[in-house]
Amino acid sequence: MDFGKLLGQLGSGMVVSIEIFMLTLLFSLPLGLVISFGRMSKNTLLRTITKGYISIMRGTPLMLQLMVVYFGPYYLFGIKIAASYRFTAVIVGFALNYAAYFAEIYRSGIQSMPVGQYEAAKVLGYSKAQTFFKIILPQVVKRILPPVTNEVITLVKDTSLAFVIAVSEMFTTAKAIAAAQTTMVPFIAAAVFYYIFNFAVAAFMEYLEKKFEYYR
Amino acid sequence: MNLLEINHMKKGFDGLEVLEDISLTVKEGEVVSIIGPSGSGKSTLLRCATMLERMDDGELIYLEEKAAWSDGAGHSVYAPKNDLKRIQRHFGLVFQNFNLFPHYSVWKNITDAPLHVDKISKAEVEERTNKLLQQLGLEDKKDAYPCQLSGGQQQRVSIARALALQPKILFFDEPTSALDPELTGEVLKVIKELAQEKMTMIIVTHEMQFARELSDRIIFMEQGRIQKEGSPEDIFGSDNARIREFIGKF
Ligand SMILES: Nc1ncnc2c1ncn2[C@@H]1O[C@H](COP(=O)(O)OP(=O)(O)OP(=O)(O)O)[C@@H](O)[C@H]1O
Ligand SMILES: [Mg+2]
Repeated sequence: MDFGKLLGQLGSGMVVSIEIFMLTLLFSLPLGLVISFGRMSKNTLLRTITKGYISIMRGTPLMLQLMVVYFGPYYLFGIKIAASYRFTAVIVGFALNYAAYFAEIYRSGIQSMPVGQYEAAKVLGYSKAQTFFKIILPQVVKRILPPVTNEVITLVKDTSLAFVIAVSEMFTTAKAIAAAQTTMVPFIAAAVFYYIFNFAVAAFMEYLEKKFEYYR
Repeated sequence: MNLLEINHMKKGFDGLEVLEDISLTVKEGEVVSIIGPSGSGKSTLLRCATMLERMDDGELIYLEEKAAWSDGAGHSVYAPKNDLKRIQRHFGLVFQNFNLFPHYSVWKNITDAPLHVDKISKAEVEERTNKLLQQLGLEDKKDAYPCQLSGGQQQRVSIARALALQPKILFFDEPTSALDPELTGEVLKVIKELAQEKMTMIIVTHEMQFARELSDRIIFMEQGRIQKEGSPEDIFGSDNARIREFIGKF
């Protein structure tokens, strides 16, 4: 097998990895915010439920969660699993898992905001929603960028876990080729891919942090 | 007309009585200073008056409109939310530590609430803001961020931010005590100019000389009560031992 063909196959696996990455962030970042609201709610029931949710999501392996999301509908409800459900299951599993981590990051960021910001906004007549979205959240985003960067970089590597339900992302592809050709080359190529991917992500996050440096 | 009327205000924090029975009336154009030892409840009084804190009992009235009243059984009842929103526009508050919005420029700190809370036209807000910047000597700072300003400049921005909503009464909670001594003057000067323009103000301060020069009335608080209230001459000439001792410290 020539090197060009190998790169082509790995490349299409890489596209799937990037899709998993993007879609996971797209869903888990807002979902995490909603969960953090529940976690900080005055309602004890809501608080307990979200606390339990976060604890389970963080306390069990993502690999296992993916399998539950994928096989759950069949074992629990006897619903026949379509092949097209694989990718959906991966996104659902990743988004649910990462939202739990993001929720805790949002919570720590929101709780670190000085109460004076809320009080100033209240006296100036801002509504609760205006206070949160105009005054609090933008400052929280700046504060939480470093921990979010850590999670995002972990996510790049975690996309390889999609192999457990046989979604042909890059790692699955590399494994298949390596087995067929009995060579290490696909693994090395995949490692380079992951590294470049992560490098780009880290550079982007650094750019974001720079953008927020206009104030302290 | 009375701009502010507080009747029998009481406030405690888990069993600790902080305000015992405060009654206070402020007329249009008056400058009232509140002095007293640390822990006497001055900030709590301001926080209850500006509704950052709920009082336990008593009455709070702005421009003859009741924000809260007593149910007669020892509890305050507050007006419905929409009424409170309207009443809240009558006053502004300047904090000890400014509480500017760090992610907004000076210009946006001042203009954002008039534009997006009071929904005033852009042209009018710009005119108001330019006037305020000039009045407070901040013209060259409008694009700066709070972290780029000195404490005195930040406090002047926060005064401008409060004034931009054109409140009838402005409260100050120790506006200069977070500042280096050489920066207090510029803030006190601004407050003096406001007094000359007949802005109604209630000022908690430890600046005795300032309070004496500027105030129409001084309130001496101790242990959650107004111990004495009167003209600067009354207070500074008082033969009350506690007041003499307190003033003597400065
Ligand atoms: N949120 C709170 N919870 C519990 N106790 C409080 C709270 N706020 C104020 N107190 C207490 O109420 C009392 C009066 O406090 P307050 O801040 O009103 O005093 P002050 O006159 O403004 O003092 P200072 O001159 O030091 O600013 C103090 O004993 C204080 O510990
Ligand atoms: Mg105080």
